[in-house]
Amino acid sequence: MASLTLKINNQSHTIDVDPKMPLLWAIRDFVGLTGTKYGCGIAQCGACTVHMGGIPVRSCSIPVSAAANKDIVTIEGLSADNSHPVQQAWIAEQVPQCGYCQSGQIMAATALLKKTPNPTDKDIDNAMQGHICRCGTYPRIRKAIKTASQLMNQKASVK
Amino acid sequence: MSAIQKNISRRNFMKLSGMTGAALTLGFYFPAAGKEAEVMKLDTAESKGIDLNAWISIDTNGKVTITNHRSEMGQGSFQSVPQIIAEELEVDLNNVSIVFAQGNNAKYGSQITGGSSTIRGSYKKLLHLSASAREMLIQAAAKKWNVTPSECYAENGFVIHKASGKKFNYGELVLEASKLEPPKSVKLKAIEEYKILRKPLPRQDTPLKTNGTAIFGIDKKLPGMMYAVVERNPRFQGKVKSFDDTETKKVPGVKHVFPVKMSVFSMTREGVAVVADNIWAAMQGRKVLKVEWDDSGFEHLNTEQLYARMSDALKGGESLSVRTRGNAEGVFQKSSGKVEAIYETPYESHSCMEPVNCVAHYQDDKLEIWGPIQGPDWVQDFLSTLMGLPKEKIIVNMTFLGGGFGRKAFMDYPHEAAIISKEIKAPVQVVWTREDDTTQGPFRPGMMYQCKGSVTSGGGVESFIMRSAGQNMDHQWPNADKKSYNNSATEGFLETYFESLPHYSFSDAPLDVPIPVMWWRSVYASTNTFALESFMDELAIKAGKDPLEFRKQHFQDGRYHELVNKLEQVSGWKSRKKNEGYGVAIAESFSSIVGEVVKVSKKADGKVKIDKVWAVMDCGWYVNPDIIRAQIEGSIIMGLGAATVHATHFNDGKAVEQNFNTYKMPRMMDTPEIEIHIMDNEEKAGGVGEPSLPPIAPALTNAIFDLTAKRIRKLPFNLEEA
Repeated sequence: MASLTLKINNQSHTIDVDPKMPLLWAIRDFVGLTGTKYGCGIAQCGACTVHMGGIPVRSCSIPVSAAANKDIVTIEGLSADNSHPVQQAWIAEQVPQCGYCQSGQIMAATALLKKTPNPTDKDIDNAMQGHICRCGTYPRIRKAIKTASQLMNQKASVK
Repeated sequence: MSAIQKNISRRNFMKLSGMTGAALTLGFYFPAAGKEAEVMKLDTAESKGIDLNAWISIDTNGKVTITNHRSEMGQGSFQSVPQIIAEELEVDLNNVSIVFAQGNNAKYGSQITGGSSTIRGSYKKLLHLSASAREMLIQAAAKKWNVTPSECYAENGFVIHKASGKKFNYGELVLEASKLEPPKSVKLKAIEEYKILRKPLPRQDTPLKTNGTAIFGIDKKLPGMMYAVVERNPRFQGKVKSFDDTETKKVPGVKHVFPVKMSVFSMTREGVAVVADNIWAAMQGRKVLKVEWDDSGFEHLNTEQLYARMSDALKGGESLSVRTRGNAEGVFQKSSGKVEAIYETPYESHSCMEPVNCVAHYQDDKLEIWGPIQGPDWVQDFLSTLMGLPKEKIIVNMTFLGGGFGRKAFMDYPHEAAIISKEIKAPVQVVWTREDDTTQGPFRPGMMYQCKGSVTSGGGVESFIMRSAGQNMDHQWPNADKKSYNNSATEGFLETYFESLPHYSFSDAPLDVPIPVMWWRSVYASTNTFALESFMDELAIKAGKDPLEFRKQHFQDGRYHELVNKLEQVSGWKSRKKNEGYGVAIAESFSSIVGEVVKVSKKADGKVKIDKVWAVMDCGWYVNPDIIRAQIEGSIIMGLGAATVHATHFNDGKAVEQNFNTYKMPRMMDTPEIEIHIMDNEEKAGGVGEPSLPPIAPALTNAIFDLTAKRIRKLPFNLEEA
């Protein structure tokens, strides 16, 4: 057991855990943020995706000790009121069905748009290829990423 | 149920809905089997000792609350049920809140979210119920103004007096209206008058699913809750001989280790539970647990043996006759235009993105369950028997489901959670790892089909014979009648074909093996249709006809013609180019008809690619076209996965594929362009969540035949190698 400090969504949480515990379970069961989901445990499905230092990572495959003191953002940190353009686009395109994988999909899309504000279909394929949706919302995810890109560009031009 | 319990459940409803004080609460009930539903006030029902079905309730603030008796697993009942009610009740959809009902089939009727039945099973009752409430509110207002009800109308949560423009909001009328009796009959709106129904309104559950606040089963937490994983015997009938938990108990956080047996149809699945104060500790404890299994006394089957047995069953021996007309075998034997083919489909895992999990709290001979559950009333019934508790001592709560597809209509996982909670005397969440979820079943049954048929010299079907071999889901239950045929053995085949084919025979030679199998999205239609619609194509080729024209030639009913004409037009079937392959398949399941056309071509490297899919859905009366579109997109992608990407195999009595690295899923890059059309008519409402899945596999293989002259009769196949 080790006492570790996690910086999640601009808040510090000190928890006493097995340092080998995957970040996923520390976030869900010790910090209490359940928006990040368990899907496969082997970095194959992307449901557990969070941002660490601005990069999308699979929280199921990172020991919590490696995440200590890093800036972590989960779906809850994107915005609670769905005001983030990616969340807005997800609602506009009515992406979720069961919704279970969508936290991870949204986190991946957000990271993509940060790096590539105007992604091509190929960029979208590459960024989202690691994410499984059993409901088959892929066509809507693609549309929503393009809508989010437009929303973000509009926002940028207003500024 | 006694009056006291009814009051408890009413209070519970008030608590769940956050409603206070007076309210107009209406529900419907069935006076007798086969009779039309009657609308009744909750007060009246209670005084008469009648159990009402689903309720709507309006409080003095005008807030409308309804119970959703079905689960929300992505298919949209959370949106479509309120949309029906808001239309006839004349309220803003945003003022309708919804609570998940608890399991109680005496109250709600069957709550199984399966068979694409939520809307088609209840829409008429829901329309009547909400129109009755609206009429009572109008009557109450008319009384207050001392005018006749016909001088008033309801709109957007108000009753308005036409002449004066005076208005009351619903909340102001609730007390008065609750003293009235529901009208004997109500006039429902015509489709042209709909303001909310048939509109692509955004789903109310979407915002909860984009900010992480939707609570799925796995997110449920209770004070003092423990976490468990179970090391189950990977062979379905195997037992636990012994176990050594020395190392397990050294893992910090691990509290209990004990054997557990859950019921799986007529089998018992044995394992060893590891309970800890957090899930990771339980998983770590399980890793170092040493279990010795007893795997004696039953066969350790592999995939080759299973299909060899199905193949034998197709060659001869007994079969159960399902549906026949004329003398199909005799006509076939004498025909000069014979076609024969064998088709094969794989076992599949449901692989919902939310792995199976369940929270149980057993306390003082009461049991409460929370989880991603498709059939809360089934869970209540089943656990009552297995745990030896009266039904009223069992409360089953539905959370959001991270996918269901049939898997979460089965009761093994709540049973296991209940046993573990009872043993440790604390609330517990049992989580199945992805590996557990993929390997433990129940699975979609693997199937083989033998099709034989003949065409006349005029190019029409003369005989059509289908014999299926594969597991019958109904035969798994204790004391099952194994002479009963599979009711779904013809599911997928167009009803109109039964009218037009002069000689047909459908029979079933079920495979009796102890692999647990369960509904998988669209159930037997998901596999039957591959055989039936591939074979229709083979018959069309034999007859020298265009596959789409050939199908039309066998339609007796205009509804099918309209659908196929639409499909023909939107897909450009007739104007297709030489280097393009087009395939069509049409299926009827869950009272809806879906036609799909797939277009394929060759990439520069000569490999086949899917260019586009067109789907035309006729589900009759419908609620929300955008939800239908989403269901069609999802069904097509899931069907493509089962046709070209994944399958479950068995070796030495165990499932081989364990996680998404070997049980692969279709991904973004595998998704073709999909164009969807919904037929506009007033036919009876059909299902929406499943019927688009069956046609995709045969439409694809028919398209590949069109392009390459290569007939694919076994799924899954690798598109790259087609």
